[in-house]
Amino acid sequence: MSAFEPNLQSDAPASGGDMDRRSFLRTSAVLASGLAALAASLSPLRKLDDYVSLERFVQKYYKELTPEEMKQVLKRIENEVERQYGIRPHVRDLKPMDGVEFVYALNLTRCIGCRKCVHACVQENNQSRTPEIQYIRVLKMPHGSLDVEKGEHNYAPESVPEKGFFYMPVQCQQCKNPPCVKVCPVHATWQETDGITVVDYDWCIGCRYCEAACPYWARRFNFTQPSIPKERINPDMAYLGNRPRRQGVMEKCHFCIQRTRVGRYPACLEVCPAGARKFGNILDPNSEISYILRTKRVFIQLKEELGTSPRFFYYFDV
Amino acid sequence: MTHALRDYLVFLRRCGRIAFVGDWRYYLWMGVLTVFCLLGLNAYAKQLVNGLITTGMSDQVSWGVYIANFTFLVGVAAAAVMMVIPVYIYDNEELHDLVIFGELLAVAAILMCLAFVTVDLGRPDRFWHLIPGLGQLNFPASMLSWDVIVLNGYLLLNVHICGYLLYCRYRDLKPSKWFYIPFVFVAIGWAVSIHTVTAFLYVGLGGRPFWNSSIVGPRFIASAFTAGPAMIILALQIIRRVTAYRITDRALLTLRGIVQVSMLINVFLLVNEVFKEFYTGSSVASSEYLYVGLHGYHALVPWIWTAITFNLVAMFLLVLPLSRSLKWLNLTCVLCIVGIWIEKGMGLVIPGFIPTPLGQMVEYRPSLNETLICVGIWAFGLLSYTVFLRMSVPILQGRLAKTNESLPDPGIDGARASQAAKP
Repeated sequence: MSAFEPNLQSDAPASGGDMDRRSFLRTSAVLASGLAALAASLSPLRKLDDYVSLERFVQKYYKELTPEEMKQVLKRIENEVERQYGIRPHVRDLKPMDGVEFVYALNLTRCIGCRKCVHACVQENNQSRTPEIQYIRVLKMPHGSLDVEKGEHNYAPESVPEKGFFYMPVQCQQCKNPPCVKVCPVHATWQETDGITVVDYDWCIGCRYCEAACPYWARRFNFTQPSIPKERINPDMAYLGNRPRRQGVMEKCHFCIQRTRVGRYPACLEVCPAGARKFGNILDPNSEISYILRTKRVFIQLKEELGTSPRFFYYFDV
Repeated sequence: MTHALRDYLVFLRRCGRIAFVGDWRYYLWMGVLTVFCLLGLNAYAKQLVNGLITTGMSDQVSWGVYIANFTFLVGVAAAAVMMVIPVYIYDNEELHDLVIFGELLAVAAILMCLAFVTVDLGRPDRFWHLIPGLGQLNFPASMLSWDVIVLNGYLLLNVHICGYLLYCRYRDLKPSKWFYIPFVFVAIGWAVSIHTVTAFLYVGLGGRPFWNSSIVGPRFIASAFTAGPAMIILALQIIRRVTAYRITDRALLTLRGIVQVSMLINVFLLVNEVFKEFYTGSSVASSEYLYVGLHGYHALVPWIWTAITFNLVAMFLLVLPLSRSLKWLNLTCVLCIVGIWIEKGMGLVIPGFIPTPLGQMVEYRPSLNETLICVGIWAFGLLSYTVFLRMSVPILQGRLAKTNESLPDPGIDGARASQAAKP
């Protein structure tokens, strides 16, 4: 045994263990200073206001809400938005339509890389301006390659398009076999019958496993409380769509659920000046999207080899 | 029945009290750890208010040191089993009593794991969504739901085994085999499963070729069974230094044998991985970033080569008879622990995100606040382990037993109590 042997055998019962006044005082002093230190270390929590609502804490999972409860929840959200942004929104719970499966197709021959789609999306979907959250990322690709690792993300020339390059916008591919849905530990993200993968922002626990799983880098996390200027709020909202999100949850492209489920086109499509974006119901043989996928000779799914089976196709004018 | 309950409550109360008794070194150690815990708590309070923006993470690198430490510690927890196997399968008497120290380390490691995943959550207030029945646990599809189950199950198993054996010793009863041997064998399989499941967390992501490789699982196990027993070797020496508990050198050398074999396998698997990545010239971009740097970004390169150097040096020391001397063995253990901590953390979790699936290069550096939270959780883990040892050593020595229950408990005043205990 080494020479250094501190005495830790003191746990043997002490003789005459009556707590005298001095040790009592000392105990109290230790306890009091300990509590004070604890309180001091927790003091930043005084600014915590996002967690205190009991109503939100106990809110049920989207799929378990009865129509009556959903009405209450929608009203609650409308009140919250009004309080925060001073504008009364119209929040709906839009269900998928029967006999509809949405598919997107993007014409790489036409895209000029102007990024108007990126900004239309931010405006439509009430994305945070600071910090900036965007669902669409446009890659500037060198001629002859579809390898995304060769793409440039932060291109900023005087004008687009540039010679020798083509442009490839990437957003949620609305996979038929979505890895993000598979990995979510709490079913907070799932695929609807019309093919749109949605997020219940009130159910997500913010583990970001889906963000790690997505091969298209399509999911975004609210690293802090999102902020949107009041005058920029889009008041036409959907529960599973563009209602404002809170700190600590995931969000992503949802094919503009608040538009497409009432028969309108997604914002990114409407704004595209080159007509590169096509969208529609693949189950309807007469839709434009069905026609494109029937007649175009080449169209691809990004990272097809991963077996995710995207509902987002890239095609060329050939 | 009420007697039994009373006895058990007295046992718990005495264990609780003893955690507050010791000499000045004990108080100093616990005091320092408490300060770090509080610093971590303070940092976490700030993170709760402002969000994970207080960390170095981003949409590009969406997991950082929290998950890295979590991954490493799952390995440490799993490695406790490497002491259990020799004892219960090969009847190694030398390690018999020491198993408890290994399992207590596992308990402390799991507590730290749970803390690390909790601080990584964006909405920790919604943890109840994970509870089966109450929430919506996505079992069996999500590997994370498997992880929740196996980690909590492993925690319960080890708490039961340790708690039962210690309580029997406290009452001077012979433990009933039916009450713990089945659990021990379940725990052996379970230990391997916690680390395999944690590896599958990464392996299951097809969009991340760096992780989506079958070698990750075996490497996890090999490196865990290196770093875990290395930690136990150091812990046991500290225990025998500061308490009168007898631990033989032979027990330590048995553990050395385990570290030795595991490290050889670990390095062999590393060679396999590096060969596969680089020989064909079609390496995964993340591997390139990790080992040699990519497009002018190379923050991780010095780290991974430090880790590889440490592992190689440790491997050579382990196969040389030199490491039979405790001084060298301790150095070797430190090299193993640090080497594997880097390799498992920075070397595995971070490069998986760089470049992003869309080829963007964004590097990651933990922020100060994030680092403080990590330090706080490590301090909390050490604090827990110290308390567990503080309770279990006197029980194993027979100094804290039911027979001396009627004598008054020692007060908080350690100095006075220790004087009284001196012969």
